[in-house]
Amino acid sequence: MLKRVGETIDTEGAVIQIKDASYPAPFASELEFNSPVHGNWNIVHTGMMLPEARQIYVCADNCMRGVVLTAAEMNAADRFSFVIVEEEHLLNGNLEDVTIEGVSDVIEKLTEQPKAVLLFTVCLHHFLGCDLERVYKELEERYPDITFIRCYMDPIMQKTGLTPDQKLRKAMFDPLPECPTDPKSVSLLGMDFALDETSDISRILCEHGYNLRELPKCHSWEEYLQMASSKLFISCYPPGKYGAEVQAKRLGRKHLYLPACFGYEEITRHLTELAEALGLPDPNLEQEVQTCEMALERARKVIGDMPVAIDYLFHPRPLGLARLLLSHGFSVKTVYLDSISPEEREDYVWLQEHAPNLQLAATIQVKMRVLPRGSEKEVLAIGQKAAWFTGSRHFVNMVQGAGLYGFDGIRRLTELMSEAYQEEKDTENLVIQKGWGCECCL
Amino acid sequence: MRQSYRIIPVYTADVSGVCSALYELGGMTVMHDPSGCNSTYNTHDEIRWYDQDSLIFISGLSEIDAIMGNDNKLIHDIEKAASDLHPQFIALAGSPIPYMNGTDFPAIAQVIEQETRIPTFSVPTNGMHDYVYGAGIALAEIAERFTDPGCRCTDQRTLNLIGVTPLDFGPLSHVKKLKENLESRGWKIVSTWAMGDELEQLSRAGEAAVNLVVSSVGIRAAKVLERKFHTPYVIGTPVGGFTKTISEILEQTVSKRIDWENGDGDKPVNRIAYLEKRLPGDPQITLIGEPVTMGSLVASIEQKISRPVQIICPLDETKGLLGPNDVAVRGEEEAEEKLKDAKIIVADPLYHPICPEGCQFCELPHIAFSGRIYVKRLLPLAEM
Repeated sequence: MLKRVGETIDTEGAVIQIKDASYPAPFASELEFNSPVHGNWNIVHTGMMLPEARQIYVCADNCMRGVVLTAAEMNAADRFSFVIVEEEHLLNGNLEDVTIEGVSDVIEKLTEQPKAVLLFTVCLHHFLGCDLERVYKELEERYPDITFIRCYMDPIMQKTGLTPDQKLRKAMFDPLPECPTDPKSVSLLGMDFALDETSDISRILCEHGYNLRELPKCHSWEEYLQMASSKLFISCYPPGKYGAEVQAKRLGRKHLYLPACFGYEEITRHLTELAEALGLPDPNLEQEVQTCEMALERARKVIGDMPVAIDYLFHPRPLGLARLLLSHGFSVKTVYLDSISPEEREDYVWLQEHAPNLQLAATIQVKMRVLPRGSEKEVLAIGQKAAWFTGSRHFVNMVQGAGLYGFDGIRRLTELMSEAYQEEKDTENLVIQKGWGCECCL
Repeated sequence: MRQSYRIIPVYTADVSGVCSALYELGGMTVMHDPSGCNSTYNTHDEIRWYDQDSLIFISGLSEIDAIMGNDNKLIHDIEKAASDLHPQFIALAGSPIPYMNGTDFPAIAQVIEQETRIPTFSVPTNGMHDYVYGAGIALAEIAERFTDPGCRCTDQRTLNLIGVTPLDFGPLSHVKKLKENLESRGWKIVSTWAMGDELEQLSRAGEAAVNLVVSSVGIRAAKVLERKFHTPYVIGTPVGGFTKTISEILEQTVSKRIDWENGDGDKPVNRIAYLEKRLPGDPQITLIGEPVTMGSLVASIEQKISRPVQIICPLDETKGLLGPNDVAVRGEEEAEEKLKDAKIIVADPLYHPICPEGCQFCELPHIAFSGRIYVKRLLPLAEM
């Protein structure tokens, strides 16, 4: 057994004070460690949101195992199939044939044809120059009643251009058809979670008689297709922005990017944009700010000076959240992240000036495997990774911002923080589960 | 079509096999891959990841470095991590893209070893073989490079357990039961490859009188140890009542070794314990899984019920490891075909969807197949 050697290893390169951190990459890109925190959604979880569809992957054993067991763990193995690529297929240059015949074979074995197939090709297809046009053309001719959606599991492209996640969040809406506009509906694209019913956007739309269409709430293929009809497309989750923009342009709809965030001014700006786009009166948000202030103060009194740690998996705006909490008297000590989002540049600069000793800690840097976890004083962790790295049992268990949005999101978060302070959680059993919010058979 | 799978998963692949085999030995294992191998391994194939630290990392290979053949970044990153973390050795494991572009891993290992003075080796994985291949070669490398050539056997009741990973045996507590079965028959375990012992313990493997290969993962390492130390090996898993048979065969093998070393008789033959008394005839029960563990379980069942039992083995390496009733299969379609007349099936629960309706299905979770899904329902093989 490897002995814990972390006590003798310094933190250089893995932990840095924000005043010394470079933007947007505070840590070098080197070998990577993957913590045992798995609440983030992957392409399987996201793809499963498409109702009446089946996912088919074409790749090698090792790549396959992660996705097929993701499906099994979320009790969705019956909507998942695959085709194995072997050495001979690379050497023979017949990846197109293997893909076409393998996918066809899977479809022929099904008792019922799916409405759509999310066909995932991989790095090997890309590197071997596989003729994907031919693949899709042939499959579409053989199975004209099935919509084939072009999806990619090519993590080798992760660091250049669009990520597989971004491409999937676009491809999942490729089947949306051109159709007449429904003036009283808005579609939210690219999110894994439906917005909370109490969220600012949901409330505003509801108050003015708009229907908010969200993929996580679609239960049938027909319901999904109706997302095309909305007058306005919006996106709130950064990896979903690209797809929403592309689809809005294709279908001739207006698109607004209204990212979830924690700054009063930015929230106000986004809600005002929404109101303008729909021709609604300017929202009066002073009351919203006041109730947020009261909620933050209540939470601060409960939590006191307990150290707080935040991670990037909890929300795409971890620095914005740190800024909000620090400016309201919370004792934020550490933010776990591996890079700084361009959307957080302003928060980064603010924190450098106002909280220069705030620690940024990497999550994938190799030293994070062995550096001591936990501390003398119990930490309030916001997010699963923060909980694991700090060894905390007091944590807010949520990922990717979930359905939090706007002023309501801030108020809801203060409640979750107070709950986390007051109640212990079984960190190990919770954070190892894949795809927070999905079914999990563990 | 052999390559298409409608419902069942694939087994743990070779890359994860390497990591699993080397996990507890104090080395640093680097998967050369963009991303997926890492999370697949530590989520589904490694039950020790949460509680027990091990230096297992991924290179984060990018498109541009793959195209340009930029091995320098890999070398630099490994050397940097090694200088920070001081591993006892470094192991490299490749994935599909490095395989496709012909990355010269042995050369990279040589460069790293020369520059860091840390023993470094590569395992020729490409993510397209099963775990037996990757874990097997990894343990063979350990046997080749880290066993003390000066060790000599001084005790006739000593053995090494070779081929022990959580993928086949579950948590360490289950492995301890396996060892207890042997210890209760007077055997002392010199080292267990590779759970519960450090590299230093494994380096003394040459002290054992005999090696017991408890899964097909251990065969390659046993061959190396035979070459280096003339240690004969027996293949079989000490499950339940079958332990007595194994112990007797071990004793006979040690006895032959002593005779041979004293110039009396032939070199001992390596024996496959579970194949020696298999029953012929129409099989009444079918087990699916790894050939050595399932073979030993079958031998134990046949001893108890005196009826023939069959193994269906979906793994690649079966040569010489299966009995006359047993079959090797490749892919879901062939497995389903071979199962269609089975009446009683003992297998991982994820096989259930391809078993015939009406068959009696007995769950036997196997981490190398269903990962961590049924880990709480794992049964210690030693107690069967």
